[in-house]
Amino acid sequence: MTGTEATVIDAGVGNIGNLVRALRHLGAKVEITCDPATIRASRCLVLPGVGAFRPPREVLRGAPEEAMRAALDDGATLLGICIGYQLLFDSSEEFGTTDGLALLPGGVTELPGGVPLPHIGWNRVFAVKDHPLLEGATNDDHYYFVHSFAPQDVPEEWVLGRCRHGRSFPAITGRGRIAGTQFHPEKSGAAGLRLLSNYLTWAGDLAAGIDGGTSATASGH
Amino acid sequence: MRATIEPTGLTRRIIPCLDVAAGRVVKGVQFRNLTDQGDPTEAAARYAAEGADEIVFLDITAAPERRDTDLDWVRRTAEQVFIPLSVGGGVRSVDDGRKLLLAGADKLGINTAAVAEPELLTRLAERFGSQCVVLSVDAKRREPAGAEAQSWEVVTHGGRTPTGLDALEWIEEGIERGAGEILLTSIDSDGTQAGYDLQLLRRASALSPVPVIASGGAGTLEHLADALETGAAAVLAASIFHQETYSVGAVKEYLGRRYPIRIA
Repeated sequence: MTGTEATVIDAGVGNIGNLVRALRHLGAKVEITCDPATIRASRCLVLPGVGAFRPPREVLRGAPEEAMRAALDDGATLLGICIGYQLLFDSSEEFGTTDGLALLPGGVTELPGGVPLPHIGWNRVFAVKDHPLLEGATNDDHYYFVHSFAPQDVPEEWVLGRCRHGRSFPAITGRGRIAGTQFHPEKSGAAGLRLLSNYLTWAGDLAAGIDGGTSATASGH
Repeated sequence: MRATIEPTGLTRRIIPCLDVAAGRVVKGVQFRNLTDQGDPTEAAARYAAEGADEIVFLDITAAPERRDTDLDWVRRTAEQVFIPLSVGGGVRSVDDGRKLLLAGADKLGINTAAVAEPELLTRLAERFGSQCVVLSVDAKRREPAGAEAQSWEVVTHGGRTPTGLDALEWIEEGIERGAGEILLTSIDSDGTQAGYDLQLLRRASALSPVPVIASGGAGTLEHLADALETGAAAVLAASIFHQETYSVGAVKEYLGRRYPIRIA
């Protein structure tokens, strides 16, 4: 949505340039920061991440994480992408167990063998639900994945779309104003841009007090 | 039709390849007699709109010192094309790789520099992750050819420079050192439009745990299907797309009848 002010949380790892380019392409005003005060004041947060789970987890621990929780309690929306998505769950099994942000229920585990890992390429996301993020999406849309771990044991009511690679895993999860995608929407062509555009519209509507039908659900943790 | 559910919905990829010199798409024979074919961003955007799964750019800018300033075309492309972009040519150091990734490339193609210094693959993979590192291998058939004894030599500089390396052994070493993907070009088939070197692809796909991208020789839809039949994860083609023999969409519709393909 043109003009939505999006705050991309930069946890200091990985190249987030292409995500920022995609958001700007969609007309968003993008700020890239890890400053707690800026995060706290934002109404539209994006948490990206590539690489491993633990380094960005440690960067967020403390003030940035508290700022995120405070902003969410105040009605901000949050979209996690790839590692940023995994960070939203309770914990990850990558290199030993690390606690996550526990904003979404479930744990992050390695995908089973028998298929090539990492899971790199275009895969189909199916069992897609009605959600502001998925306006216009179908069960035949493909998105671009780069990962070896994925969430598991996520209550089905929060799973917005599933993908299959070794096992079926939640590719999109959302609860209240918190959502995330295991794939990279900024690299997923028209389907990915549509999802990002939907996110900006959703966040913009909620910030403007227009209820998209999801704000009643608490963003509690 | 098999009734079993495939363990993955991962699709095979269709990848147009563009040669770029000094920020322009070029066409030539063996990197000579280059003619200007237009703007890389426009070409990439057109292929992306047709459903390309990825774009491979080969930067053949003659003067290495010009490359830094010429990265503007990568930046402009990344601002408008939102599918994976792979850029090869001239990556000789971690710093070269960093500049390309910051400009918007998603993957780095490494060819000659890896032959000269295999450690570079490891350093790039440790810094940026294996998913960023594509080992580009130009392979040439060794004579005499016997079906079982057939081997291929790694060549560089468009086939003019032999390296003495066995291509299949080099692929294994490259993966061990951190390459996350193999872009395998048959120099014998390249530019012929007479079909991929299927024997080479079959051997490489059988030994490689990482995706193998078939390159060199695509002329017909059947050639592309033959390449996928060897086990290749992706097919790369240049002429058939540039000469508009087939659109990316037409290729995908054809291959989609036999293989999992993303129909955009």
